[in-house]
Amino acid sequence: MMWLFLRKQKYLIDFTLSSLLRRKGKSLGLLAVYILIVFMLASVTLFTHALRKEAGLMLQASPEIIVQRMQAGRHALIPADYLQRIGRLRGVTQKEGRLWGYYYDPAVKANYTIMTAGQVAAPLTEIIIGTGIARARGLAVGDYLTLRSQNGEAFSFEIAALLDEKSELVSADLLLMSPQAFRRLFNVPEGVYTDLVLSVRNPREVRKVAEKLTLQLPDTRPILREEVLRTYDSVFSWRQGILFVLLTGSILAFVIFAWDKASGLSAEERREIGILKAVGWETADVMRMKFWEGMIISLSAFMIGYLAAYAHVFYASASLFEPVLKGWAVLYPQFRLTPFVDGLQLATLLFFTVLPYIVATIIPIWRTSITDPDAVMR
Amino acid sequence: MLIQLTDIKKVFNQGKPNEFWAIQGVSLEFEPNRVSCLKGASGSGKTTLLSMIGCLSRPTSGRIQLGERLISSLPERFLTDVRRHTFGFIFQRFNLIPGLSVLENIMLPAYPLGLPYKRLVATAQHLLHQFNLSTKADNPVEWLSGGEAQRVAICRALINDPQILIADEPTANLDSKLSYEFMGLIDELRQTGKTILITSHDPEVFDSAVVDRVVEMHDGVVLDSSLKDVT
Repeated sequence: MMWLFLRKQKYLIDFTLSSLLRRKGKSLGLLAVYILIVFMLASVTLFTHALRKEAGLMLQASPEIIVQRMQAGRHALIPADYLQRIGRLRGVTQKEGRLWGYYYDPAVKANYTIMTAGQVAAPLTEIIIGTGIARARGLAVGDYLTLRSQNGEAFSFEIAALLDEKSELVSADLLLMSPQAFRRLFNVPEGVYTDLVLSVRNPREVRKVAEKLTLQLPDTRPILREEVLRTYDSVFSWRQGILFVLLTGSILAFVIFAWDKASGLSAEERREIGILKAVGWETADVMRMKFWEGMIISLSAFMIGYLAAYAHVFYASASLFEPVLKGWAVLYPQFRLTPFVDGLQLATLLFFTVLPYIVATIIPIWRTSITDPDAVMR
Repeated sequence: MLIQLTDIKKVFNQGKPNEFWAIQGVSLEFEPNRVSCLKGASGSGKTTLLSMIGCLSRPTSGRIQLGERLISSLPERFLTDVRRHTFGFIFQRFNLIPGLSVLENIMLPAYPLGLPYKRLVATAQHLLHQFNLSTKADNPVEWLSGGEAQRVAICRALINDPQILIADEPTANLDSKLSYEFMGLIDELRQTGKTILITSHDPEVFDSAVVDRVVEMHDGVVLDSSLKDVT
């Protein structure tokens, strides 16, 4: 019985494949449009999801709380004695001051993110740069980069090293220098920091520590790691939304195309269904055959589109969408996102691309195949 | 297997301005193992009547009985089963599916039965041999001549070994020589025990010695249904 069923399905699939080959132009056209739609949708979802994931991984190593001093609603430098004023808050394992800022380089019309690091051998003359800066300025290790301070004074730094390419997504525009060099370049006096960072042992106590900080230092605001992550998340969602809106036109065009193809059976197709019914095929056989046809087209399109999107996102840096999804940075990183496929996301995409097509195909076929074969052939 | 029709009526577009009564109360019997021909001008209702006998459409009213079984009121699922196991069809324009090979076209009615592929091919090849088409098995049907296409249509009609063969205007697209050949094939099939129903307005068919009975139709009613050897 099982063999009989399987053989029957094999015959139906064989017939379906030959039907598709008989209408080669139409089938290939539909497949191409279908692949394009799946490719675009999958690229957007894979890319934003991978960015979120990447942001999550990156922030895992960041401190649980950042403390910024506020003045007139703006972020201001924070005195080093705030570290003492924080005192020995329970649960806080480490606290330190950070120096960071932005530097606009008119030569390449790009902003660099400057942070301080202790690993520079010659504190006042050496820096480490991200690969994005190196590319933009044509720099290599041993070359010199001149930066101008706020009062116009020029400082030359030797490139001691380049940051690892693997971290390019976050480090493309990063420039690391010693705290001394940073203070000299930006005229930041000793005894102040850009912000303070705190590490908390128990993640459940982070909010409690933040509450205590607000009471203890009323002119500061604590920023929690989870809040940063949520901000990233909403920024990516917002951009994903924008792209989906941009894609709506093409998705609608595809829906109309698929609907037209599916609902408007050609005279040839109607006649073929009539012949099949007349020679002894059941309505269910015709439906199964058309179901296989829908499955073959939609699943092939889904798989090809999804794999192409996977390659586009994880091996070609999502080059088609980067201006929208990566924002305004001039120094686009050349990166490889960590390949990550979410089961739910895959299932959602499958549900919204494959199922509607199969349903749209099956309904008109069902309508035709329940009609008397004589009427269909006439 | 005796085919009995009792007061069969068929109306198209019922209740609409273009309502059309194709069959208006036909009662007939077709004896087994005979060749019967429905004769009449275009629009006389012969094809409609034949399609109802072959379960390709249903009567608006009346009863169609196949042996002991009343088929006119069967649901679609059972009608397909009757159609598949009892009838083989040869259509006026042969209705072969272009793009498929001769062999694939012949095997088409047997696919839903799920028979082993080797057995299917062997049966189809046996039929091709019987109708002198062995060399054409792998050709696309578009390459066939009218006579060859018709023989392929006959092979397809016979693949499930039906008891009743229905041919709608089988010689309409053939010249005289091929029409005679076709009637020769019909005679051979009758000798194998098949019941054959043909519609035609071609004298080479209804005047043929192979035909046992001619049913003359006009505007959906039977004018004459006598046995040829009696008349």
